[in-house]
Amino acid sequence: MGHEETVYDALDHAHGGEGQWAFGTGFDEPLAGVDTTVPDGVDPADLGAYCLMLGDDALVLAQRLTEWVTASPELEEEVAVANIALDLLGQARLLLARAGSVGVLGRSRARATASIPDEDALAYFRDPDEFRNTGLVAAPNGDFGRTMVRLLVAATVRLAVLAELRRSRDPVLAAIAAKGVNEVAYHRDHAARWVLRLGDGTPESHRRVQAGAVEVWPLLADVFSPTDVEHRLTAAGVAVDPSTVRGEVVEVLTAVLGQATLQVPEWPAGTVPRGRLGEHGPELTELLGTLQGLARQHPAATW
Amino acid sequence: MSDVTAEGGHGAVPTGSEVPVAPKAATARRDWPLYEVFVRGKRGLNHVHVGSLHAPDDEMAVHAARDLYTRRNEGVSIWVVRAADITASSPDEKDPMFAPSGDKVYRHPTFYEIPENVPHM
Amino acid sequence: MSAPALDRTLDEASLQAHFDGVIAAGHRIEPRDWMPEGYRKTLIRQIAQHAHSEIIGMQPEGDWLLAAPSLRRKAILLAKVQDEAGHGMYLYSAAETLGADRADLTDKLIESRQKYSSIFNYPTPTYADVGVIGWLVDGAAICNQVPLCRSSYGPYARAMIRVCKEESFHQRQGYELLMTMMRGTPEQRAMVQDAVDRWWWPSLMMFGPPDDDSPNSAQSMAWGIKRHTNDELRQRYVDMSVPQAEALGVTLPDPELAPDPQTGRYRFGAIDWDEFKQVISGNGPANAERIRRRRAARDDNAWVTEAATVYAHKHAAVSA
Repeated sequence: MGHEETVYDALDHAHGGEGQWAFGTGFDEPLAGVDTTVPDGVDPADLGAYCLMLGDDALVLAQRLTEWVTASPELEEEVAVANIALDLLGQARLLLARAGSVGVLGRSRARATASIPDEDALAYFRDPDEFRNTGLVAAPNGDFGRTMVRLLVAATVRLAVLAELRRSRDPVLAAIAAKGVNEVAYHRDHAARWVLRLGDGTPESHRRVQAGAVEVWPLLADVFSPTDVEHRLTAAGVAVDPSTVRGEVVEVLTAVLGQATLQVPEWPAGTVPRGRLGEHGPELTELLGTLQGLARQHPAATW
Repeated sequence: MSDVTAEGGHGAVPTGSEVPVAPKAATARRDWPLYEVFVRGKRGLNHVHVGSLHAPDDEMAVHAARDLYTRRNEGVSIWVVRAADITASSPDEKDPMFAPSGDKVYRHPTFYEIPENVPHM
Repeated sequence: MSAPALDRTLDEASLQAHFDGVIAAGHRIEPRDWMPEGYRKTLIRQIAQHAHSEIIGMQPEGDWLLAAPSLRRKAILLAKVQDEAGHGMYLYSAAETLGADRADLTDKLIESRQKYSSIFNYPTPTYADVGVIGWLVDGAAICNQVPLCRSSYGPYARAMIRVCKEESFHQRQGYELLMTMMRGTPEQRAMVQDAVDRWWWPSLMMFGPPDDDSPNSAQSMAWGIKRHTNDELRQRYVDMSVPQAEALGVTLPDPELAPDPQTGRYRFGAIDWDEFKQVISGNGPANAERIRRRRAARDDNAWVTEAATVYAHKHAAVSA
């Protein structure tokens, strides 16, 4: 028995600490040393609401992508899709925790036991109408082609926003954006590689991914419409007005779809930012039912 | 003696005229070719073979390698190469290929006797 | 296909003698070395079965990915299930050095022509199952796998080193989850005990049939593919687990479990090998669902894989 114990111990020690063992679960470090004071002249309620918008987008899209785990086309894609979901989950945790730390917890804090951290109170104990994600990320996956089109679109929008947000006057948002830009650039490129291959692959894949684009494009209707919160925070140098990234998004998506031999569907006319204001369809209720079910069954439990 | 030579994987690619080296035609629709993956663990080290994966093309292969073999930050640089493009020595060539260097001891630093009081050698 | 030159220069007996010498010296056999057909076949079967187990093993825990009760647990579980995909890939990769083909092995799995560990045919009704799989199932896997880091076949041994490194953390996350739950509500503690009751006996079966009913063991040991007998490893696992169960505050569901004053090791009750045979031959609670999902992943997405192949050919032709 001796030898194996030695081998096992050696393997164990080789890693030291826990930091490395679950890639994507490192959580405290990105904000180490970052000033968490709310910048002058900024309403913490606005800042928290904005963190929820970006955080909920990440959380809901991570949940959708996770649905592909054990169902992906190849094992290589299982690993890739899990990496992307882990990145987004990491961003969501930072953003929800930031919202909580500036006091934006809504009804959730009263429902969750004191031992439950803010990020979980917000993720598990808010109702659908308190979620601030866009309809773009909440829509069901559809087939792999539509999933990749949606990821391409969502990552392109998010990348453009995060790239600007790196200059935010809020040091926490700036730090989260700086970390997120590298991750989301990778997500966008991954999705773009697939859209290229499916668009310019077989007649069937072309047809499917084109249909996916036709289904996803209308979801862009409210993505570029700023809320009052975003207006005020943009004026304060803290947030990014989503209408300012529309040009870049249109340019990138037009280029990718063109190269993929796909037709760019009609760009939808702008509408009120429904999702950002808490108006969602049944698909979000269903998604949250799964996400929150166990935690709500045992509100006094710690995990 | 059939099937003796391993086909693909870990650089174990057969050579010789009997062995088809050109990639097989897309016989099966799922036949993504096998790629060998080499990772440079950190600056100052060589790339080391770490395993293989399947990918439809080079670009997808290098990204899949990043996702699979460096997901705990194990590397700073990745090479991927189609397994079919590797030419390897075969074990039976071992004698002619490797034996000659066995007696070229002058290639090895310990061949040269240096007095112990000479520093930094 | 014949190996280049080999058969013209060396006869089978001297090849065999060389192979035996490498094994006897404790050196590794590498992919292009001559090896007896039985060695190659046994290895392919064992490695493929191991790889299949990793891939199918994603499912019981994967069922909780969408419902993990905290974001931290969700991230941990996602990273763990992702690792299992990775482990499967390292292992398929090792099998491919022996001339096997991953797509073909996957077909054999889906058509039930190759097996996977029967443990993954049990369902995971509560979140405590995630913890117990980490603690007991991964713990048993580690007992099985750490000796394989010294397997006589180089690529397998190297894959196992990587797998074992990552697996040790899987076990810890499971045990840590259970400790947290045991400090939680009475309901949570009951969930943990219930999960332990359901998984303990199946985890003992993970080591395979008893030595006197394990016909291939002796040859595998002689080849250095296996390093210890099933019963030796099972005993080691029991000895490791009993104090861990005590520290956790759970009871292992075996009234006969007691230390043997002579040997200092734990005696345990008789294993229900009929159940084992039922489950491994496809009659476990979740066999059909496990295979159905694997088949769906292959078949429903065949158009994706095919499209990428066609794209690669188009663009290779253009750039060539």
